[in-house]
Amino acid sequence: MKVAVCVKRVPDIAEADVRVDSTGRDVVRDRFQFTINEADNYALEEALLLKENHEAEVTLVTVGGAEVAEVLRMGLAKGAARAVRVDSAGLEESDAANLARVLAAYFRQEEFDLVLCGAIAQDTEDSQVGPALAGYLDRPHASYVVKLEPSDEAMTVKRELEGGLLEVKELPLPCVVTIQTGGNTPRYASILGIKRAGSKPVDELTIEGLGLAAEEYGAAGSKTKLLKLYAPEVTGTAEMIEGDVPEKAARVAAVLKERGLL
Amino acid sequence: MSGVLVLIEHRQGAVRDVSWEMLAAGRKLALELGTGCAAVLFGGDEAMAASAAGRVEQVIHARHELLADFNYEAYQRALVALVRERGASVVLVAHTAFGADLGPSLAVALDCAVVSDAVGFAKSDEGLVVTRGLYASKLCADRLVPAMPVVLMGRQSNFKPDEPGVGGAVEAWDPAGVLAEPLRTRFITLEELPVTGIDITKAEVVIGVGRGVKEEANLVPVRELAEALGAVLAGSRPVIDAGWLEKERQVGSSGKTVKPKLYIALGISGSFQHVAGMKGAETIIAVNKDPRAPIFSVAHYGIVDDLLKVVPALKQKLEEMKS
Ligand SMILES: Cc1cc2nc3c(=O)[nH]c(=O)nc-3n(C[C@H](O)[C@H](O)[C@H](O)COP(=O)(O)OP(=O)(O)OC[C@H]3O[C@@H](n4cnc5c(N)ncnc54)[C@H](O)[C@@H]3O)c2cc1C
Ligand SMILES: Nc1ncnc2c1ncn2[C@@H]1O[C@H](COP(=O)(O)O)[C@@H](O)[C@H]1O
Repeated sequence: MKVAVCVKRVPDIAEADVRVDSTGRDVVRDRFQFTINEADNYALEEALLLKENHEAEVTLVTVGGAEVAEVLRMGLAKGAARAVRVDSAGLEESDAANLARVLAAYFRQEEFDLVLCGAIAQDTEDSQVGPALAGYLDRPHASYVVKLEPSDEAMTVKRELEGGLLEVKELPLPCVVTIQTGGNTPRYASILGIKRAGSKPVDELTIEGLGLAAEEYGAAGSKTKLLKLYAPEVTGTAEMIEGDVPEKAARVAAVLKERGLL
Repeated sequence: MSGVLVLIEHRQGAVRDVSWEMLAAGRKLALELGTGCAAVLFGGDEAMAASAAGRVEQVIHARHELLADFNYEAYQRALVALVRERGASVVLVAHTAFGADLGPSLAVALDCAVVSDAVGFAKSDEGLVVTRGLYASKLCADRLVPAMPVVLMGRQSNFKPDEPGVGGAVEAWDPAGVLAEPLRTRFITLEELPVTGIDITKAEVVIGVGRGVKEEANLVPVRELAEALGAVLAGSRPVIDAGWLEKERQVGSSGKTVKPKLYIALGISGSFQHVAGMKGAETIIAVNKDPRAPIFSVAHYGIVDDLLKVVPALKQKLEEMKS
């Protein structure tokens, strides 16, 4: 079974100071730390489990600039056999659905039985690429999957619905599945894996090489356009408790007492 | 003319509340666009159609064996046909597990735009401007949709449902023509979480722990504080994903909704998926070392500090007060 995992390099934003740059349409990136998108890390783990238990061959696929190399190396170190990078030059104005179209052009050149994506990219948060890619490839899909089990020519998946409910479905291969966090425990790369990663192939492709016409990608190929990014209005009326730690603790305790919460 | 079609989501025999939110959003959007709004109910029963008709002028109800359970393929085929037949300009689905499974591929099938996590809309000279959140709720984006139709995936717990009392009409629509071909994917069953006896929804005081707790060992002082307060421990998704707390303790859109008297958020950033599950708490206290963390927008009291320092200090203070 040939399995592709679509991975995106993203900033680690939980503790980052996210600011809009002077264009008003992008974020200031120089102080970010970058990693593999969290859901993609779970998708990669799911692929590596398929490799170990079902002899799958795992390929990483990414659209990005040269700086993505580090993320690819980590994935190769964990056990992917090879990587493919489609250079993102020309895709600056692409929306998520258009990115799916670009990926679809690649997946028409090389067939995979299973394409795994993350459920959502933690920066742009579209959760569109997997299902839209399936749409462009005319393949069945399932999103928000936390467990997969291959059988002959098919894949049984568990999708996470709200409130802890799971939906069990069966999809024929080839198909596209998006992986939600929490279904497995992503491994760390071993020292040996890191040593081996350097000799694994990384294929470099360009948009032109995918045979897309100019009106099929970038601003021309996107059906939505980013007008502006901005910080949300601060709607809260929270009382910010100041002071040193004991003073803060004392104030909280007093509030709890006032409100009858003790 | 019903230019805005709102998909009604139902599960296990009941319409999901999020659909009433979407219906209210759809009606507002229809006004903005100068068109009508219709609810689209696939599967379900007459009672569901009737309750939808209490909230919108028109309900389009299609029943078919392939529409009995949610399946994006069946829903997609039926919606493509319906959009084309009616010349609809917007399909609004909720950005839920169902909506997110359906929305993007529906847009591909319709060869149209799709916008995720929509929280607001406005008409402009150039088209429809859709506002959405991103970067872990730290930023908003305005996206322009120059040409209709568009598939919008609306954010849950963001739009206020309208009061029922509209008295709309229910129209039966026959999807048999587009559902003649078999589906490729097959629904097998729904699986519930195992019943374990943990129920965070009944607790009066809940302490929610987020990724800011950093490692499992740091839960020890948090548990001590919970004991001092008589609180139940809950967590954000990353803490559950890491296996530090049981799944039943997850607060948020894919976990539980809690409405305790007091919710203390420790090291939780305040993504909308988490906030959806706790914003109904009477008093919310948030501890986060990032002064710009979105959690402070829903909190009543905020502390910008290291939770690992605040937690033991608070526990100590509470014990002093007791003795
Ligand atoms: C379909 C879907 C469903 C989801 N469902 C849920 C859900 O049900 N529930 C849920 O919670 N999430 C859910 N999520 C995930 C959600 O998007 C966020 O990723 C998650 O809520 C973030 O959790 P967090 O706030 O604990 O972590 P982070 O966003 O990583 O935030 C950690 C916070 O801790 C702070 N911090 C760090 N160190 C300290 C310290 N020493 N002291 C004080 N503060 C500190 C940081 O400043 C930061 O704000 C869902 C996502 C998707 C895509
Ligand atoms: N630039 C990219 N390169 C490869 N895969 C991507 C890229 N952007 C998004 N994806 C994949 O699509 C998933 C969902 O992204 P999104 O729809 O943007 O939220 C991610 O988790 C990745 O698996």
